[in-house]
Amino acid sequence: MAAKPIIEVKNLHKHFGEVRALNGVSLSVDPGKVVVIVGPSGSGKSTLLRCLNHLEVESAGEVWIDGIRLTRDQKQINEVRTEIGMVFQLFNLFPHLTALENITLAQKVVRGRSEAEAEQIARAQLARVGIADKADVHPGQLSGGQQQRVAIARALAMNPKIMLFDEPTSALDPEMIKEVLDVMLDLAREGMTMVVVTHEMGFARAAADQLIFMDYGKIIEQGKPTEIFNNPKEDRTKLFLSQILQH
Amino acid sequence: MDGPHGDATMLEDLESLDTQQRDWRQFPWWLLGIFLIAVYAIYIFLTRPSYQEAFQFIMIGLGITISTSLYAYLIALVLGLLAGLGRISNNIVIKNLATLYVELVRGIPILVLIFYLALVAVPGIADAIPGISNDNISLNFRAIIALSVTYGAFLAEIFRAGIQSIGRGQMEAARSLGMSYGQAMRHVILPQAIRNVLPALGNDFVAMVKDSSLVSVLAVRDITQVARLYAGRTFRFAEAYTVLAVMYLALTLILSFLVKRLESRLEAKGGR
Repeated sequence: MAAKPIIEVKNLHKHFGEVRALNGVSLSVDPGKVVVIVGPSGSGKSTLLRCLNHLEVESAGEVWIDGIRLTRDQKQINEVRTEIGMVFQLFNLFPHLTALENITLAQKVVRGRSEAEAEQIARAQLARVGIADKADVHPGQLSGGQQQRVAIARALAMNPKIMLFDEPTSALDPEMIKEVLDVMLDLAREGMTMVVVTHEMGFARAAADQLIFMDYGKIIEQGKPTEIFNNPKEDRTKLFLSQILQH
Repeated sequence: MDGPHGDATMLEDLESLDTQQRDWRQFPWWLLGIFLIAVYAIYIFLTRPSYQEAFQFIMIGLGITISTSLYAYLIALVLGLLAGLGRISNNIVIKNLATLYVELVRGIPILVLIFYLALVAVPGIADAIPGISNDNISLNFRAIIALSVTYGAFLAEIFRAGIQSIGRGQMEAARSLGMSYGQAMRHVILPQAIRNVLPALGNDFVAMVKDSSLVSVLAVRDITQVARLYAGRTFRFAEAYTVLAVMYLALTLILSFLVKRLESRLEAKGGR
């Protein structure tokens, strides 16, 4: 009696001209689960993530979010996107707005919340990610780690059912990675459904319910992180793991 | 540093020589030139009644020159923004219409455009709409339409470049929060893009003030037209055109100064 999956991907293909970024990927994620996707660069993991909220539109196959199949209909995709928060490698905060305004904008424009309500939620989210005192600061004056935490707060303020993380720590200085991973670990513990593309194997070990190894636009291997780390079955997985764990 | 003391002093000497030389080279001699011209103009103006007379006559057109430029620029801003957005639209029809507009305008001399728009296009449209008579459309209005359509195309390219200068990630972040394309454009992309292109927009306003002299061919009584009338009536060509040139120079210098101040204020506020 498994729960109904909140994300279902069926035989997904994505081509960029001649380049086949995704080559028939199928995946299903149950509510509250944390899925971590790893793989060498160019393996299609970011493309897969971006197909989940139609930042990339699949060339073939199906994406189902919470029982709705994504189409090219703009209205539908805008609605689905409000249920899916996304965190980017380069934060993509709005530089002309303060941290607080970054978080209130979409609440007001998309969710139709009042200024006061949006601000209250924004402050609560900033406190949750541990930077309540930075509300009135512009992104340019924040460190990378702080910027990424504002970006997470911005996504969470929309009350998403799913959070997507696209290499959230790859652009950070080493000493700032932990503060972002801690926020993500908290989220995972609170039962958020998360799909995370990352190179942080420590995070995968600690938080992932399911680890997916991708290469050549395909899922090579998936399972519990302990199984895959300790006992990888495929040669590609073994090679990849030996390359990244060997230092 | 293990070098002997002498080396360091010589290096300093060289550096100071370098800065001295640079100071000399960087002095804005052109500004001195303009200053001298201004002094000379004021001198002539104060000592020769014929110049004062010309100035008083030509001043009559100043209101028209400024109002024509202002109205035309405001309309051009709207046209330019729409066409600029059209140029980057995913809608093929809109994109091609906007590109057609920009390329048509860029391929035709402004003077010819002004003749064409004021004397062919506007009457054509007026005839097509029942209830509007071509005779009721003033030449001033036609001049404003002609200038704004022309500059709308120039401004479209500025807006397009400004929007394209904003990284793709901004649009993606806004869309991923559920904003529509229009909402993302309005709240996220345009505020940043417009700030980036404000100096360019200011420069084009200055350029438009100068090009507004072309509407004198429509017998619109701007300072150029009034100066021509004055010269034709009195045969005082030197007075008429010296005063005219100095007036444009003063206008554009003041405007350029304002644009620069706006620019530096924005940079100071920067806070990225």
